[in-house]
Amino acid sequence: MTPLDPDTLRLLAIGAGILGTGGGGDTSVGLLVALQAVQDHGPPRLLGLDDLPSDGLLLPAGGMGAPTVGIEKIENGAEGERLRDAVEREFGRPVVAVMASEIGGSNALTPIAWAARMRLPVVDADGMGRAFPEVQMVSMEVAGIPACPAFITDERGNLLVTRAVDGFWLERLHRQLTIELGGSAMTAEYVHTVEQAKTAAIAGSVSFAIAIGRAVDEAERDPVEALLGAVGGVRLLSGKVVDVERQTRRGFAFGAVTIDGLGPDRGRTLRVEVQNENLVASEGDRVVASVPDLITLADAQTAHAVATERVRYGQRVVALGFPCAPVWRTARGLALASPRAFGYDLDHVPVEELHR
Amino acid sequence: MSRAPDLRLGIDVGGTNTDAVVVGPAGELLAFAKVPTSMDVTGGIAAALTAVLGDPAVERARVSHAMLGTTHATNAILQRRGLARVAVLRIGSPATHAVRPLFGWPEDLRAAVSVGEAIVPGGIEFDGRDLVPFDGEATSRFLGSLPARPDGVAIVSVFAPVSARHEEAAAAVVARVLGEDMPASLSHEVGSIGLLERENATVLNVALAPLAREVAAALGSALRTHGLDAVAFFAQNDGTLMPLSQAVRMPVLTIGSGPANSLRGAAALTGLRDAIVIDVGGTSTDIGALTGGFPRESQAGIDIGGVRTNFPMPDIVSLALGGGTVIEGVGSRLRVGPESVGAEVTSCALVFGGTTLTLTDAAVAGGRMALGSPEAAAPHAEVLRAALAVADSRIEDGVDRMKTARGDRPVIAVGGGADLVPGDLPGASSVVRPSHAGVANAIGAAIAPVSGTVDRVETCPPGERPGIVARLCEEAIARAEAAGAAQGRAEVVEVEEIPLAYLTTPVSRFRVKAAGPMV
Repeated sequence: MTPLDPDTLRLLAIGAGILGTGGGGDTSVGLLVALQAVQDHGPPRLLGLDDLPSDGLLLPAGGMGAPTVGIEKIENGAEGERLRDAVEREFGRPVVAVMASEIGGSNALTPIAWAARMRLPVVDADGMGRAFPEVQMVSMEVAGIPACPAFITDERGNLLVTRAVDGFWLERLHRQLTIELGGSAMTAEYVHTVEQAKTAAIAGSVSFAIAIGRAVDEAERDPVEALLGAVGGVRLLSGKVVDVERQTRRGFAFGAVTIDGLGPDRGRTLRVEVQNENLVASEGDRVVASVPDLITLADAQTAHAVATERVRYGQRVVALGFPCAPVWRTARGLALASPRAFGYDLDHVPVEELHR
Repeated sequence: MSRAPDLRLGIDVGGTNTDAVVVGPAGELLAFAKVPTSMDVTGGIAAALTAVLGDPAVERARVSHAMLGTTHATNAILQRRGLARVAVLRIGSPATHAVRPLFGWPEDLRAAVSVGEAIVPGGIEFDGRDLVPFDGEATSRFLGSLPARPDGVAIVSVFAPVSARHEEAAAAVVARVLGEDMPASLSHEVGSIGLLERENATVLNVALAPLAREVAAALGSALRTHGLDAVAFFAQNDGTLMPLSQAVRMPVLTIGSGPANSLRGAAALTGLRDAIVIDVGGTSTDIGALTGGFPRESQAGIDIGGVRTNFPMPDIVSLALGGGTVIEGVGSRLRVGPESVGAEVTSCALVFGGTTLTLTDAAVAGGRMALGSPEAAAPHAEVLRAALAVADSRIEDGVDRMKTARGDRPVIAVGGGADLVPGDLPGASSVVRPSHAGVANAIGAAIAPVSGTVDRVETCPPGERPGIVARLCEEAIARAEAAGAAQGRAEVVEVEEIPLAYLTTPVSRFRVKAAGPMV
């Protein structure tokens, strides 16, 4: 399969931005971390679940904390090895590949750096198929995989094994530990085997992100059309950002972005509700896309993602909606990540049904 | 009988021309001159001074201040020429090893600049704690083992914008090991949050020191040659001034003063403090925004010679549109630019007897400019009208991109091609065309205020935020006064707060800028 060389990583970063749905953290530092690890240790291989021993463990890689801390206090690099050693001690069997817990945003690049340093492959799967703000919002939770024992470490070598009663408690405890560790930390949560991943993880996420990046990067005429084709998405509106509301509550960024249509969309207005990620898009009273489906704002010219913290008045953007991984539309998936789980009084209707 | 010294000299060294102006106590333009920029900076500055001081309106003895803006440093980075050799000391181990210092730099630039890099234990957390204690021994070992003596040291600590104490401790080690005369640049004085970009900017800052000294010496010698006893200042990227002594230590902050000077000059020529400024040249048009009389700063990092930095620069939209822009094709095949005949427009354009259709011809045919022979453009009226409409819609779009809110804003058109901008621009409440718009850059340098900025991350327990903001404002004012602003005249011009998300304790990054007129 594809070696994850520097050119491929640049494409992965573009795709991870699109799957970040406005959140997930800036990919630029994550990309540099991955590029250095690959330069020093060689590119890791990307393998499918069927190419790995079924009783081997996957190491779900993730960074937790404030993006602003992440661009200042960059990791040591050895956090992955430390977590791998702890996981192997606790579970008594070997880790055979590294997995992204979250393919959206900077966390898509973390497993590449870890895998390169450990000379392990990267598995072509993740736990979200997008970005979500909280620990328990992963497909492994939907599948009933225990969140714990979970592991959290920092650049100094502090390492904690957490035995929370469930994923919700793990979220609360790891959030507090992250602050104590200096606002950013590396974690391994919902550790599971290759066999379990075949039903519990979202397969094909990494190659999907790379394909998105390649479509956008290689588009000759219209990167936005190429992007829509790559994600199987709907153009919700093309226009310009005319209003950005922002506030921080309980440590999360809340707000809304208003976009006025231009060109063929002139006269229409789209409002996108944001809680770190873009969650609900509506035109007047009509909802046109909602979480867990993906809502991404992309630059109208480059088709690169526009992150929530970088959205500002006057930007020319395309708002697109595309279907989430099927796991999120199950009853258990919706209980974790439907609009109601984020406090909106509305039911999720698949984006492709809204735009038949 | 001559009066007390009260005139200001502004000099802008651009890529093509060096402009010089003299302004009076109320900011009124007394004299101006434009000469070609010379290969050696000294020659161009001296020639511009000779020209502008030759104006009988200028009494030399009254010139009290001289302000210089230049793009000299940017060119040096692009050409890897005249750069100092730098030792790079990052304080942050065991964090930050995942991206080494200067990783991602173009190899030849790195080779030209670096004598060695190290990451030593230390650094600050976002809430002000030590990441780990600073390791002076490791610092001393690194400095003692360099393969060659550096020309300067770049010192960069994790979260230096929260506390500079580890950078200051490291500076003391540098002075002890390499001598008191070894220049050291501390990252908290150079840039803001974003370790790698701030580190890059700090390294460039050290690398540019010899050039800054060269330009400072050129200015000093030109002033002496003309018998001027003026205090010298350099224009900064953000449109404010710093004293010569400080500019020699902070050259990277003067690297892109051109756009800021142009914006400030437009403000001075019109008296407008909140407006969109369109600077139309021969090949390109720069559009920026004035907020409270200052250029609005870019939120994104700036790429210089392949190196990402994050120091404050004006937010500018550049369009490939100017008086020399070439028009080709008709109907659906009409193309307006990006090719341009540039300064050759005065011989290539139809109205000047040439054979190339340019936007200058379009502006003449459209009645916006009165130049050359309008009848030469008449046979092409239809194409020229269509081309002008294309140019107008691009300018309209660019103006709209620079707005931060709905509603029309006043627009100031400056630069040699200012008349290209339509009088009835959609989105503009009015279009102002000041006279002497061609030397807006030099005027901007001459009239700029002196500023001080504080950029810091603070933990804000409930109820303590107002006190924290007040303290930061006082500090910014003190910094402006230390840089040369008149005591008691500096005021806070900008307070920006960015809450850090994904943390449950309220922590914000504050940027406070104060500015005031000179003594």
